[in-house]
Amino acid sequence: MQQESAVAGNWLLRLENMAKSFGPVKALRQVNLQVKAGEVHALVGENGAGKSTLMKVLSGAHQPDSGNMYLDGREYKPHSPAAGRLAGIAMIYQELMLAPHLTVEENILLGLEKTKFGFLQNQKQKVHEALTWLGQENLRPNMAVNRLSIGKQQLVEIARALVTDARVVIMDEPTSSLTAADAQALFGVIRRLKEKGISVIYISHFLEEVFAVCDRYTVLRDGETVATGNLTEISTPGLIRHMIGRSVDELYPAIPHQLGETVLQVDSLVTQPYHKTVSFTLRRGEILGISGLVGAGRSEVIRSIFGLEKVRQGQVKIKGKPDLQAIYLNPNQALNADLDLLSENRKEEGLALNLSIATNLTLSALNKYAKNGLLNLQREQAGAADWMQQLQVKSQDPLAPISSLSGGNQQKVCIARLLHHNSDILFLDEPTRGIDVGSKAEIYRLIQTLAGQGKAIVVVSSYLPELLGICDTLGVMYRGQLSNIKPIKDWTEDDIMHFATSGVEAES
Amino acid sequence: MNITGKKVLSQFGPFLGLIFVFVLFSILCPPAFTSVYNIKTILTQSVIVGIAAFGMTMIIISGGIDLSVGSQIALGTVVVATVLNMGDTGAEMGFMWPLLAALAAIAACAVCGFIIGRFISGFNIVPFIVTLGMMQIARGVAKWIAKEQTVTTPPNWLQDLMLLDPQPEWLFFGPGVWITLILFILMTVLLRYTVFGRYIFAIGSNEQTARLCGIPVKYYKTAIYTFSAFFTGVASIMQYSNLTVGDPTAANGMELDIIAAVVIGGGSLSGGEGSALGSIIGALIMAVLRNGCNMLGLPNYVQEIIIGVIIVGAVLVDRLKHRIKA
Repeated sequence: MQQESAVAGNWLLRLENMAKSFGPVKALRQVNLQVKAGEVHALVGENGAGKSTLMKVLSGAHQPDSGNMYLDGREYKPHSPAAGRLAGIAMIYQELMLAPHLTVEENILLGLEKTKFGFLQNQKQKVHEALTWLGQENLRPNMAVNRLSIGKQQLVEIARALVTDARVVIMDEPTSSLTAADAQALFGVIRRLKEKGISVIYISHFLEEVFAVCDRYTVLRDGETVATGNLTEISTPGLIRHMIGRSVDELYPAIPHQLGETVLQVDSLVTQPYHKTVSFTLRRGEILGISGLVGAGRSEVIRSIFGLEKVRQGQVKIKGKPDLQAIYLNPNQALNADLDLLSENRKEEGLALNLSIATNLTLSALNKYAKNGLLNLQREQAGAADWMQQLQVKSQDPLAPISSLSGGNQQKVCIARLLHHNSDILFLDEPTRGIDVGSKAEIYRLIQTLAGQGKAIVVVSSYLPELLGICDTLGVMYRGQLSNIKPIKDWTEDDIMHFATSGVEAES
Repeated sequence: MNITGKKVLSQFGPFLGLIFVFVLFSILCPPAFTSVYNIKTILTQSVIVGIAAFGMTMIIISGGIDLSVGSQIALGTVVVATVLNMGDTGAEMGFMWPLLAALAAIAACAVCGFIIGRFISGFNIVPFIVTLGMMQIARGVAKWIAKEQTVTTPPNWLQDLMLLDPQPEWLFFGPGVWITLILFILMTVLLRYTVFGRYIFAIGSNEQTARLCGIPVKYYKTAIYTFSAFFTGVASIMQYSNLTVGDPTAANGMELDIIAAVVIGGGSLSGGEGSALGSIIGALIMAVLRNGCNMLGLPNYVQEIIIGVIIVGAVLVDRLKHRIKA
């Protein structure tokens, strides 16, 4: 018992042997995490390593299959996010969870009103205190939050955590959509939270941020804790090695491919929301990476060329096709002009989830199986089964619902749809988001193979190592502005981050 | 194998429901319930809702809804009657005028459907609102054309479509029942074996995916509502045949029966699910219930309560099935 309390004094939060599965997918296998009071603890790992699932379990949004959690030495078993919040665990999600039409004050107090019913004045004071403490005296509590910038909205979420007397604040990719100045302000707030004795669990892909604001780290890989320790005792490459779990060469195969003639030329494309001009060219067999922070307008560029988003102006020239005005583009035209796009949002946009694998796979090129509008279902299913086999989709039955597949396999079906349509120019938006490392390696290999077959490919990704691993050329975006496109060997990670955060090319 | 097994079950779920209510009433009711004459009656009674439900199935699969169907049917009956009266010379009507009148009714409904489709796709207004408006407009136009009274018509062959004992006798069922069967086959083929049908499912299941795959969603939405109104037009001819007059107050609230038929038959209001077979079975279940309750001498409110329970029950069973699958 003595020992138990000693440990409890040391660790504010302890997670032991956490496990959680979703159907066939084991999101968490064996996760341990210990957080001290008043420390900023970095939780790092690749997409799909289980960070988000772990945090959802911790905040009470998901129930673990097994494992124990202790908060302050006492067993902690939240059955809902509300219970988690009450126990002192505050979660700040990547996509902010505010009610956009409610005011700052209403949002901060959301879910707390009833308990203090009748003491409205008192609550106002609390809100004011929290905002003042965050250095936001100027933020008017009666302003609707949808009129605030993302950075301010995030501060409202943090104020909400303060009002509930949170002991642990979890931040999931908090800077991904912030400007550089807002990010600096956030780091200031994190330091103040620390001084107050509040622990912060900080999830981020940006390792330089991790080294700047965090004290200790835990690395997750494939749902397991693989390393933990002090950040002063590890280097960036060391951390990456833990995250990937193998050498970079193995993950990113080098399949030789030749760059040929220009197949796509984009001239003075002006996209929403920044109204900056973007021009670039793409050659046969080229893999062009577009890097930058979330919200820098990367997806908007390729989605505009594909006709999914409104464009102010711009010309799109595709080899062997009549020139196109970007304003009039729609996906149908783009597909006919040999362009195709893989959506970054598999669940919301990429797939029709209550239809079958075959239906999803053949949807963009259904006319292959149609004669006078009548479908030949047998040929369609055979065609789908063929592609499923080629991409090693783990299902035998093309008529099985797409929702029965894991994320990695769903992504393979999305890619199979592009291959089935057989366009020569492919835009891949976050092609490996939310899938396991094994599937990632397969997809990297596939992208390289396609380039070898002469396809021209644009890859948009937030994950720098994969761009550095598979691309031939790279451009970086900063608030709608595209840097010069240079061969991959002429870029360093520092140069890329420099442009992504400032919009100015580093001096060489 | 397992998945096809489940598919069969989900197809046959409504069918088992139909057999259940039929057997139940066969036991409860006097033997007259299972007589050939009564079965003919039940089939004929499900013709109007059934035909309109085929069109509604398309709309519901595409993720939409049409609340104006009842009003459109009333408008159709008034148009049929008005055109018939234009051709009334006091002599025998012949074949062509009634046919023209029927086509005019279909055209009137198709215009309604086209306008609905254009507003939904062109201005991005939710179908519920657009069709709620059209429900009032179509009803108003029907009353306007009919000068707020029923429009009587001279005898003609359209009035024979819903007869229980048709001429010639070898038809056995009234022409309306046969027309329903033909339209059923047409809709099944359209939904299962055509590109159009596949696009309807895709749009209803995930409109964004449909767009991503190059489907001209707006064009197809207009097409869906227009083509669906074709079925409503045919249903309005059947309604006229039943009434033998044009009635601007006819089919009041029938859209809800039609939607209920689709939902009982496995259609999902969130789109992407539904079938012509399910919908006609849904229509038959309701017809059997009404007929059985009448025969038992149960008051009207009992029927209404039972049908209400069945609608919610059918959706509940569907949800539970989904949960097991997931």
